[in-house]
Amino acid sequence: MNARNAQADAGFVRIDRLTKRFDDVAAVDNVSIEIAKGEIFALLGSSGCGKSTLLRMLAGFETPSEGTIYLEGQPVSAMQPYNRPINMMFQSYALFPHLTVWDNIAFGLKREGMPKAQIEERVEEMLRIVQLKKFVKRKPHQLSGGQQQRVALARALAKRPKLLLLDEPLGALDAKLREETQMELKNIIKNVGVTCVLVTHDQDEAMTMADRIAIMSEGRFRQVGLPFEIYETPNCRFVADFIGKVNLFDGALTEDAPDYCVVTTPEGVFYVNHGVTGTEGMDVTVAVRPEKIGLSSSAPTDTSRNAVTGTIVTNSYYGSASIYHVQLATGKRVLVSCEHSSRHDEHFQRDDPVWLCWEPESLVVLRS
Amino acid sequence: MDSRFGRFWLAMGYAFLYIPILTLVVLSFNESKLVSVWGGFSLKWYGVLAKDEAVIDALFLTLRIAFFSATAAVILGTLAAFAMVRYPRFFGRTTFSAHLNAPLVVPEVITGLSLLLFFVMIQNLLGPVEEWGPFLTLFKNTFGFPEERGAFTIWAGHASIGMAFAAVVIQSRLIEMDKSLEEAAMDLGCKPFQVFYLVTFPQIVPALLSAWLLTFTISMDDVVTTAFLSGPASTTLPVLIMGKARLGLDPTINAIATITVAIVACAVFAGSLYMFRQEKKLAAEAAAAYRDAD
Ligand SMILES: Nc1ncnc2c1ncn2[C@@H]1O[C@H](COP(=O)(O)OP(=O)(O)OP(=O)(O)O)[C@@H](O)[C@H]1O
Ligand SMILES: [Mg+2]
Repeated sequence: MNARNAQADAGFVRIDRLTKRFDDVAAVDNVSIEIAKGEIFALLGSSGCGKSTLLRMLAGFETPSEGTIYLEGQPVSAMQPYNRPINMMFQSYALFPHLTVWDNIAFGLKREGMPKAQIEERVEEMLRIVQLKKFVKRKPHQLSGGQQQRVALARALAKRPKLLLLDEPLGALDAKLREETQMELKNIIKNVGVTCVLVTHDQDEAMTMADRIAIMSEGRFRQVGLPFEIYETPNCRFVADFIGKVNLFDGALTEDAPDYCVVTTPEGVFYVNHGVTGTEGMDVTVAVRPEKIGLSSSAPTDTSRNAVTGTIVTNSYYGSASIYHVQLATGKRVLVSCEHSSRHDEHFQRDDPVWLCWEPESLVVLRS
Repeated sequence: MDSRFGRFWLAMGYAFLYIPILTLVVLSFNESKLVSVWGGFSLKWYGVLAKDEAVIDALFLTLRIAFFSATAAVILGTLAAFAMVRYPRFFGRTTFSAHLNAPLVVPEVITGLSLLLFFVMIQNLLGPVEEWGPFLTLFKNTFGFPEERGAFTIWAGHASIGMAFAAVVIQSRLIEMDKSLEEAAMDLGCKPFQVFYLVTFPQIVPALLSAWLLTFTISMDDVVTTAFLSGPASTTLPVLIMGKARLGLDPTINAIATITVAIVACAVFAGSLYMFRQEKKLAAEAAAAYRDAD
């Protein structure tokens, strides 16, 4: 692929300073993003943060108050939903109850005026992709939730949209089915090769399915990045707290060098092996994930590691791992998760005094 | 003991509802002219009716008005319901809503009177219709309006009252309908009108049918509004019955009423049969689905 093509692919979907206000309240607030061709992009955020509103603007059901959406460089925000080469899979699936599975999938193709033979071929193909050949004559109410979900997917893919929108695609399924379906859905989308924007409030779903994730809150993007970037290098307190479990220590930046810094907190003085752009004395928060903390009954010999003492408050054994709540001298509680990689790992009980230690590189300094 | 007690009250309830109607039906077959005397079984009064052109005319006029006013009411009611449900804000929505529901709460006498005044006013404003060109003249020659009141004014009145009832029925169906169905249709390439007839319409057909039946029966037994709006050559069945009853109990009234009850009962029966069939079809489909799932 030459450089020019790669460039076109990078900005396949371009959202430019998009804002949507309902009665002066911004549901989506000045959002800009570029999505590459073939990418699965997830919008992740808690309820009411504006995910659906953003998705509905892409589909054309809401008109942006400000900003523009470009698809392959062409502005589409003024186009009617029925003219956009974009299809959506609805959270409630929105299958037409009076039509059979076959007719539901063929619905969009018929509106296009596609020749009959071609429609049949395309519907066949879709049925094969979602493995629903046996059910063509059924009506939606005769299908299970998982089957309905696949019909909805087939219907949205049938027109070969340039952009596929999924609003909580697995929200209506129970937990077990959801896990199985996540990978299946991702495989289908990747095989078809369609660019996809996915809305979810389930972080596991976003992590497993998406190439890139945007964390949203109050209508804004707080961080956009690869799943591991979001988890390992959150850029603010909100993101660190939102994704996974985290221990946060508020303190002040007391030393700042290009390759390390020191943060002093009431719980202790922590060494971080990367510099931050900030002034000494400023308020910062350091974050450490529970699985990056080690527990031991004696003081660590390696003095380069950060270490504090505490007492076990609760211990829960899960077989593959144990989760401990540890109370520090300041009264702060720290969550620690120990993977049992050996059969003879040390186990701690309630009220046991312990040392907690973690590597300088396990810490992330958050400035907001 | 409890169940027997319950059954007793159930029977009392049915008796309360149906004995008057049964009495009427039985009396319509009474040979004797007197209500208090059973003179033996006879179809005499039906024979009298069959020869009574006024009654036959009234019956067909009533059915015709009911049919067309129910149809008009359902069409207008659908439009109104759509405006109310799908457009949360438009200029004058509150006023529109109040006017739409007015016939449900305003006493019928007032509705009838105001409609009458309205039609008279139009007649006065227009003056001799011939001056307004061939179209209105044709209109007058066909419907008799605005020169005089009759079938047309009754139809218009019934349609406007029926529209309120139809709108209520259809609104509730539209509200419970998943809005994303319409969005999905649009997403898949339907223009707004296609969305309506390909997706919305099939979803609201049952509501349209029940709205039609409801407005049909409302029109069929309406007396008050009809009395205000009818002209010399347009007497509907209920108005005719009222008139006859005022002149004393005539057994032909019983026969007319029995025929009316029969028509209504047929309509209700057809409606339930349709529902029953529909349910059976759904059950059969579901059963078939489980069969070929294995
Ligand atoms: N049609 C509307 N009119 C007024 N306010 C709206 C409308 N649609 C959404 N909002 C508001 O915009 C905000 C964002 O809503 P949105 O539906 O996008 O949230 P969401 O992130 O999808 O949440 P959820 O996970 O609960 O679906 C909410 O505060 C909501 O109340
Ligand atoms: Mg939502």
